[in-house]
Amino acid sequence: MGNRHMTSLERVLITLGHQEPDRVPLFLLLTMHGAKELGVSIESYFSQGEHVAEGQLKLLEKYGHDCIYNFYHAPLEVEAWGAEVIYCEDGPPNSGIPVIQNIQDIQTLEAPRIEACTCLEKVLTSARLLKETLQDQVPIIGVVMSPFSLPVMQLGFNRYIELIYESPHLFQRLMDINTRFCVDWANAQLDAGSTAICYFDPVSSSTIIPRELYLKTGFKVATNTIAQIKGPTATHLASGRGVSIVDDLSKTGTAIMGSSSLEDLSEVKAACRKKLTVLGDLNGIGMCGWTPEQAEDEVKKAIAAAGPGGGFILSDNHGEIPYQVPDEVLLAISRAVRRWGQYPLDWVPSP
Amino acid sequence: MEHETTLLVESLLVADRLAAEVIVKGLTQEISPIRIIENVIVPALEHIGKGWEDGSVALSQVYMGGRICEKMVDGLLPPGAPDRKGQPCMALCVLKDHHLLGKQIVYSLLRAAGFELSDYGNISVEEVVERVKKDQIKVLLISVLMLPSALKIKEVRSKILDMGLDVQIVVGGAPFRFDSKLWRAVGADAMCTTASGVVPVIEQIMEVSHGQ
Repeated sequence: MGNRHMTSLERVLITLGHQEPDRVPLFLLLTMHGAKELGVSIESYFSQGEHVAEGQLKLLEKYGHDCIYNFYHAPLEVEAWGAEVIYCEDGPPNSGIPVIQNIQDIQTLEAPRIEACTCLEKVLTSARLLKETLQDQVPIIGVVMSPFSLPVMQLGFNRYIELIYESPHLFQRLMDINTRFCVDWANAQLDAGSTAICYFDPVSSSTIIPRELYLKTGFKVATNTIAQIKGPTATHLASGRGVSIVDDLSKTGTAIMGSSSLEDLSEVKAACRKKLTVLGDLNGIGMCGWTPEQAEDEVKKAIAAAGPGGGFILSDNHGEIPYQVPDEVLLAISRAVRRWGQYPLDWVPSP
Repeated sequence: MEHETTLLVESLLVADRLAAEVIVKGLTQEISPIRIIENVIVPALEHIGKGWEDGSVALSQVYMGGRICEKMVDGLLPPGAPDRKGQPCMALCVLKDHHLLGKQIVYSLLRAAGFELSDYGNISVEEVVERVKKDQIKVLLISVLMLPSALKIKEVRSKILDMGLDVQIVVGGAPFRFDSKLWRAVGADAMCTTASGVVPVIEQIMEVSHGQ
């Protein structure tokens, strides 16, 4: 690609085209670390879009990675449906008591309107501010919970699994309502300046449901939903296994698959080649205890496994780096991708 | 009874409650409830647990299988039945973590294996230590999804030691699957990668305590 400086967006677009850009793109999917940068609590940080915009810009400057991650936390979406968000000092918030207490309530459930939810408006504010500052230099990633995975918080995980198996009509009704909400929420973020949407869909992973059931449920929901989102999407399985459903995922219209460190990255890359770009798969929990040297080793291993040929973005495996991961580890990852991720990857042995 | 176990596994993996009940009901004509549990139901759940561990079985199958078996075992051995295993005195909880699925699975599987245990639900470090003392709990099972909850186990261990209580802490959940050293770092006595793996750990703890 010569020596011309490549913007992060150009780097990412080339790798999405399954070609080699100047170096492997790095997505540090940092959320709570922005609060550290601003010296405020996690709860305070996520209370204003301005905070998140400022935090994300500081993180971008500090680590020089290739995306802005305009993701707050998963319970934000169920807050829009009336759920309580329970903050803690050292981790992502939890959602409180599920909003759907009786599954029969699904019959009359209605999705909230995006413009009526102040909790969602914050996210649109930060997306607008980030877009104003960065224009098209760096991709801004917005996030939605998939209609198929949101019910884990709407109902509680166990009741949701029971619903999938035992109440097909109520399940379908919930999917219809959630799909409308998800599409509106994704498109609102794109309108506000997000470049692409991360479609978080852990329930579709083969860690959570078998493929046969996925094909009847999450696959259909994703295909229908992604077709209505007016921008590129990346499907993240949040540490769940996905290699056995790569072909299915590619048919949903998504461009990227978040890979789990529970799977062999080179196998995932081989399965995804020319179909999906692989995003992953540094172990976020492991990162908490890494030394800078370990971080460099892990980056090298991931790049050797999945970097050749493009179609690979280095990232963590969960889509949210734990608050406990020290800055020095993140800096070491950033340095390592610059050292070992330059294309062509001459140091990687040919397969 | 390998054949019956295989059939039961097949029915549980597709959450076919009726087929599972037919298999177990057929056995009640020939053998005692406790033998059905020990020789058919527990091996079936262990088989599913191994599948979860190697990635061939999904969490939804583990959950539905455990739930179906729990209900069948409640029919075979009602709560309070003499063959129920009341020892060691056990409790199960999550620590300020609103992800309850793992706890539910462990609860169902232990009850399906004939054990009785208390479900403390979602509880704080202080509350769990108080209840462990009051209920004279010998084995505390802690299910975890979020990393901050896993790190809180260290506080539980510390307070239990300060109070001079003899309690085994058994942990399980996603953070321990992604960091194989974490369970020792937080002061747990054992870690299980599957819910069905809890049963042999409990049995081992019982053997040790009986041997003392």
